Amino acid sequence: MFFPISNSHISPLYLAIIGFFIGVLGGFFGVGGSFIAGPALRAVGLDWNFAVGTDLAHIVGKSVVAAKRHRALGNVDLKLGLIMAIGTMGGAEVGAQLIQMLKRAGNINNVVSIVSIAIYVSISTFMIWEAWRTLRSQKRRGPRAKVAGTAAKHDESSFSHRTKAIQRLKIWPMVSLPASGVTISLWVIVLVSFIGGLFSGFLGGGAGYIRMPMLVYVLGIPTHLAVGTDLFEIIISASYGTFSHAIKGNVDILIALVMHTGAAIGAQIGAISTQYFAGPKIRLAFVPLPLIGAAIVIYTLMTGHKL
Amino acid sequence: MARVSPTKKEKTNTLRAFLVELVVYAVFVTAYFFLVLHYLSGWLQDLHLNHVRLYAGITLVLIIGQAVLLESVTTWLLRLLRGRSE
Repeated sequence: MFFPISNSHISPLYLAIIGFFIGVLGGFFGVGGSFIAGPALRAVGLDWNFAVGTDLAHIVGKSVVAAKRHRALGNVDLKLGLIMAIGTMGGAEVGAQLIQMLKRAGNINNVVSIVSIAIYVSISTFMIWEAWRTLRSQKRRGPRAKVAGTAAKHDESSFSHRTKAIQRLKIWPMVSLPASGVTISLWVIVLVSFIGGLFSGFLGGGAGYIRMPMLVYVLGIPTHLAVGTDLFEIIISASYGTFSHAIKGNVDILIALVMHTGAAIGAQIGAISTQYFAGPKIRLAFVPLPLIGAAIVIYTLMTGHKL
Repeated sequence: MARVSPTKKEKTNTLRAFLVELVVYAVFVTAYFFLVLHYLSGWLQDLHLNHVRLYAGITLVLIIGQAVLLESVTTWLLRLLRGRSE
C-alpha cells in the first residue's frame, strides 16, 4: 500500500500486526511501546522523523482504546491523570530543550545513549528485586483467597515502607486520590510527572517505562490503577506531542490509522488480561521491556545504525 | 463486587468468541482500508503540504475518532458473539 504523505510503500498487514502486538503490550503494561514501534517502522524504510511522529499518533489511538477498557474495569484515576498531564507537558518541553542544548554541544548521541542504557537497566534491576521479594514474602505467608479484582486494589510491594514515607511528607497542598486510596502532596505528583515528561522529551516516546514504575513505587498507586492511569495520561501527553510533530510535518496519519486497526483489538486484550494477574506478577513481567530498550540503544551504539 | 476465576468452559467460549470476532473484524477493517483510507489519502496529502496546522488538528480528530469507533465495534462484536455462545 502506498502512503503518499511519507512517500513510502508498506504492507498494511505488517502495520496491523505490529499495531496489534504493541496494543497488547500497551493495554497490559500501560506503556506506549515506542521502543518497538519506532524500530519496526524504521525497518520498512520510513524516515526517522516520520517514524517518531507517526508512532506518537498511533499511541494516542491505542491509549484511548486501552484507557477506555481500563476505565470500565475501574482502573483509571482521572484526577491523578489530569494533574500528571500538566507536569508531563512541562517536563517534555524541558527534555526537548535539553536535546537542543546537547545538539549544539555536539555530543548528543553518546550522552543520550549512555543515560538511557543506565536508566533502562536500573529500572529493570530494581523491579526484578522488588517484585521477586514481594512474591517471595507472599508465598511465605501462604495463599490468599483466589478472588481476582478485589485483591488488585490493595496491591502489595516490598518497597511500600519507602512509599509510605513519601506519602507522609506534608508539603501543602495535599491531594486526596480516593480512586487510588492515596493522599499525597501535589508537588510529589508534579515531580513524578515532570520526570516522566523529561524522559519523554529527552529519549522520545511516551516514557511509560519510567512513569508506570514511579506511579507504583513513589506515589503508591496500585499496579492495575497505575497501568490504567498511565494510559489516560499518555492520551493527553501523546496528543500534545502528535500535534507538535504534525505541525513540523513528521506525522503520516494514514500509517497511524492502519497500525491502529490492529492496536485497537490488541489493547483490549491487554487491558482485559490484567484482571487475571496480581500486581507483583505484572511488575515482574514488565522487566524485559526496559531491557529491550537498552538492547536497541546498545545495538545502535555498536553498529552506528539507528534501528 | 468479587470476580471469580473463569471456568474452562467460559475460557473456551471467550476464545471462540474472540476468534470469530477477529475474522469479522478483519473483514470490517479491509473494507475500511479500501472505502475510507483510499479516498482520504489525496485530501490529507494536500492538507499536509498546504495547511499544516489544520492537518495537525485533523490528525488528532481522525485517530481519536477511529479509536472510539473501533473500540465500540470490538465491544459490540464481543458482546454479540459472547451472547450467542452462552
